[in-house]
Amino acid sequence: MSTIGKVTGIIANLVIVEADERVAQNEICFIKHEGTRLMAEVIKIIGRKVYVQVFESTRGLKVGSEVEFAGHMLEVSLGPGLLSKNFDGLQNDLDKMTGIFLKRGEYTEALDKDKEYEFEPIAKKGDTVKAGDWLGEVKENWIAHKIMVPFIFKGDYTVKNVTGKGTYKINEKIAVLTDAEGKEHNVTMVQKWPVKVPIKAYTEKPRPFKVLETGVRVFDTLNPIAEGGTGFIPGPFGSGKTVLQHALSKQAEADLVVIAACGERANEVVEIFTEFPELDDPRTGRKLMERTTIIANTSNMPVAAREASVYTAMTIAEYYRCMGLKVLLLADSTSRWAQALREMSNRMEELPGPDGFPMDLPAIISNFYSRAGFVFLNNGETGSITFIGTVSPAGGNLKEPVTESTKKAARCFYALSQQRADSKRYPAIDPIESYSKYLEYPEIVEYLNKNNGENWTSNVLYVKDVLLRSKESYEQINILGDDGVPLDYHITYWKGEVVDFVISQQDAFDKIDCRSSFERQRYMLEKVVNVLKYEFKFDSFEEVNPYFKKVINQFKQMNYSEYESDEFKKNEKELETIIQERKVA
Amino acid sequence: MEKDIKAFQRVYTKLFQLTKATVSLHATGIGNEELAIVDGRLAQVVKIMEDIVTLQVFAGTEGIATDAEVIFTGKAPTLKVGEGLAGRFFNAYGEPIDGGEIMGEELEIGGPSVNPVRRKQPSEFIATGIAGIDLNNALVTGQKIPFFADPDQPYNQVMAMVALRAQADKIILGGVGLTNDDYLYFKSVFDDAGALDRIVGFINTTENPPVERLLVPDMALSAAEYYAAEKGEKVLVLLTDLTLYADALSIVSNRMDQIPSKDSMPGSLYSDLARLYEKAVQFPDGGSITIIAVTTLSSGDITHAIPDNTGYITEGQLFLRKDSDIGKVIVDPFRSLSRLKQLVIGKKTREDHPQVMNAAVRLYADAANAKTKLENGFDLTDYDERTLDFAKAYSEKLLAIDVNIEVDTMLETAYELFAKHFTPVEVGLKKEFVEKYWKEN
Repeated sequence: MSTIGKVTGIIANLVIVEADERVAQNEICFIKHEGTRLMAEVIKIIGRKVYVQVFESTRGLKVGSEVEFAGHMLEVSLGPGLLSKNFDGLQNDLDKMTGIFLKRGEYTEALDKDKEYEFEPIAKKGDTVKAGDWLGEVKENWIAHKIMVPFIFKGDYTVKNVTGKGTYKINEKIAVLTDAEGKEHNVTMVQKWPVKVPIKAYTEKPRPFKVLETGVRVFDTLNPIAEGGTGFIPGPFGSGKTVLQHALSKQAEADLVVIAACGERANEVVEIFTEFPELDDPRTGRKLMERTTIIANTSNMPVAAREASVYTAMTIAEYYRCMGLKVLLLADSTSRWAQALREMSNRMEELPGPDGFPMDLPAIISNFYSRAGFVFLNNGETGSITFIGTVSPAGGNLKEPVTESTKKAARCFYALSQQRADSKRYPAIDPIESYSKYLEYPEIVEYLNKNNGENWTSNVLYVKDVLLRSKESYEQINILGDDGVPLDYHITYWKGEVVDFVISQQDAFDKIDCRSSFERQRYMLEKVVNVLKYEFKFDSFEEVNPYFKKVINQFKQMNYSEYESDEFKKNEKELETIIQERKVA
Repeated sequence: MEKDIKAFQRVYTKLFQLTKATVSLHATGIGNEELAIVDGRLAQVVKIMEDIVTLQVFAGTEGIATDAEVIFTGKAPTLKVGEGLAGRFFNAYGEPIDGGEIMGEELEIGGPSVNPVRRKQPSEFIATGIAGIDLNNALVTGQKIPFFADPDQPYNQVMAMVALRAQADKIILGGVGLTNDDYLYFKSVFDDAGALDRIVGFINTTENPPVERLLVPDMALSAAEYYAAEKGEKVLVLLTDLTLYADALSIVSNRMDQIPSKDSMPGSLYSDLARLYEKAVQFPDGGSITIIAVTTLSSGDITHAIPDNTGYITEGQLFLRKDSDIGKVIVDPFRSLSRLKQLVIGKKTREDHPQVMNAAVRLYADAANAKTKLENGFDLTDYDERTLDFAKAYSEKLLAIDVNIEVDTMLETAYELFAKHFTPVEVGLKKEFVEKYWKEN
């Protein structure tokens, strides 16, 4: 028998419920209102008073309404059929909802319970298994979706039987497991898991030692993100956060992409809805939508569900990681999530921290980022969640609580700069301000040099140094005037511009340039470094600018042509000719 | 304001707490956000604790006594919608300013949001005739975009102009803290253009209590939803000025003892503004709501919480600037941005539109650099001189807000200016476009 309560107070979406029986922190409850049930989560308990945040509008709600406690925390259904879905923050399937407008209190099944899947067993009778072990698999789109021992199972179990090859619906029994006491447990293809609890069905979480190829040069070449690593992209509005996230979701070398559209514009989500089913995944030849799950809580959807949406997305990512898959999780924007926390903290009349955010904001953020990572599963296979969040700093000022807290938690920092965006240098990631801590990991350096050639890391550090010196020269030129500095300053400045235009900048709207493979990046980096190391001869500073513009233009032609194509080679040849014009032998 | 008292409504006459904006009393069976009439003034339930109900009185509580009459209406704020809506002006409560009644169904304002999967990607170009907008920052149906303007700029005039040229089925004006003069201006402009039958206005002027303003955008957007969702019409909503809306929010939050966040604004400012702006939508059956709003800035500061949050919500922003070289107001090509323009330019307009737009803005930027050089006392090159001449002509013939031409004419004009001041190589257009459209003078 579940606990029952009654509403005694209402302040916006904070509702106070009086309950006599057992109630748990973060427990879900439903408030009955005019024939609908409004979902809410317990956030504080004082004596008989239970404070709950309602995931819906509380308009018209009255004191005295009955409240039913569900006996569990906010949880999601995990099973085949999560891919290609558009969920809201509470895992309702948006496509199953009827009507143009979202109706209050309308909740749907997350998975299709009537869809049949071709099951193939993996575990055998008599096997000893524990939570997260693979019992069998079904085909979901193109991936082998593993059916696992439910994560809530504690300790060792013995497989009594696993059903044979055949077609099953997700709620049908596919295995029976016996626990240490000899009790039998039925297992289906679906399990539930509370979103705020990390799924830890793995043996080890080592330091990341591989790099995730994203096809974006300013990531891969200059500031690589590790597979299983964390990064964040802060930037003022209009600096291209969303375009960049879309580029990552389209191109990254991940098996699956989970996108949490958290408190952002609805039209941006619509863009994904419209484009992804059309776009091809270059790696599989299938449609991009087939490897994507979207959790959409747009800015006009209920605020409390915004917080839930990032956790829902993370839990789905963790589930697929346990199948030995490479998952990329993107959240746009984590600032909106922090703001949702602030609104609630405010209503609860908690003492505020900086800018009115709750005091435990840094802890909440770092806790969330720590759920990403590369793992070794029980059977020795590996899986990973690479997490990249965007941050929308108020007023573009990076010294605000959300950015600062995130900086402590994430290992890569991709600073979008307004200045670069204004001068149309896209992606507007500042190559000097940004960093990847992974470049300091010996295991990552070793990995990069092994895969991209032994000069790779030294070349990367070299071009970064060129960028820095270029910036210094530029400042000097600006202060002293074009003819007030030695000729070398101009050359140093323009060499940095070569790096900026050829490596940092990339045309997200060009068919070819939008995605650059590691192989191609290696080739181009080598090429650029060679040119940078040449000495050039100029008679006056006026010659420097047009010459390097020509060099840059020719490099860009290479970026725009298909790698190793005739056109590419032709452009390369022309570049050689241009280089020879002024190169000092 | 007077409302009929119905027989079953319960009347209370014992207020035990009064603040500047709220009254509290003991009452039962009251719904959250329900409307009530306190001493003849409209009020809304903002908090219920056991049997203590706190009401926010929109017009303020001046003069309300502890024995004032409180009548609960049993419903959230609504708007009566129907055929009679068009051509009329209403106050913040949805009552016709010019008297009379509207017959029709009652629509709850501030209703639920559109399911994102039921939206369609915006793709219809809105021609305004203003080249600073159509050429550089094309607007699309279903878009939401504000003017970021200083209080002394003619944003209301530009908005009225855009509204009249935009070929919308309906124009809904939400006047939030409008001066009476501006209200009359809008009215006469629409009247002169013979467009009154396409206009619905919800007006809160500076003469009305500030908190009442909070209802205006919701009223305007509910009317818009009626026309767009139910009638499948193309609706353009004008909201001016949402900075005053945000100010009203901060007044309320302050009076309710909430902890302010940045710039004394309530912590929920982002959600509050997003709730309005996200009503902009393109429905699959052709109906759409496009929102053009105004956010006034204090001395151009866009890092203030109001423009900053707005910028994160809207799909771009338009900046007006007085160009001292030509003595006219122009749409600033650097700071203005329409995020949805990619969906239409070169697709719904001529193929070379994106290239011409970028080239012209780039040359204009070169001119700005040349100007800085000039101001710092450096010598100008011949190219610098030519960019300056180009910039002046570009400003005059294309950026100025008094320009009213078709997009094709804008492109032709741009080519004329290019040819007059530059070589094709300097302009850097794709070869095929140069061959097709470039015209030597």
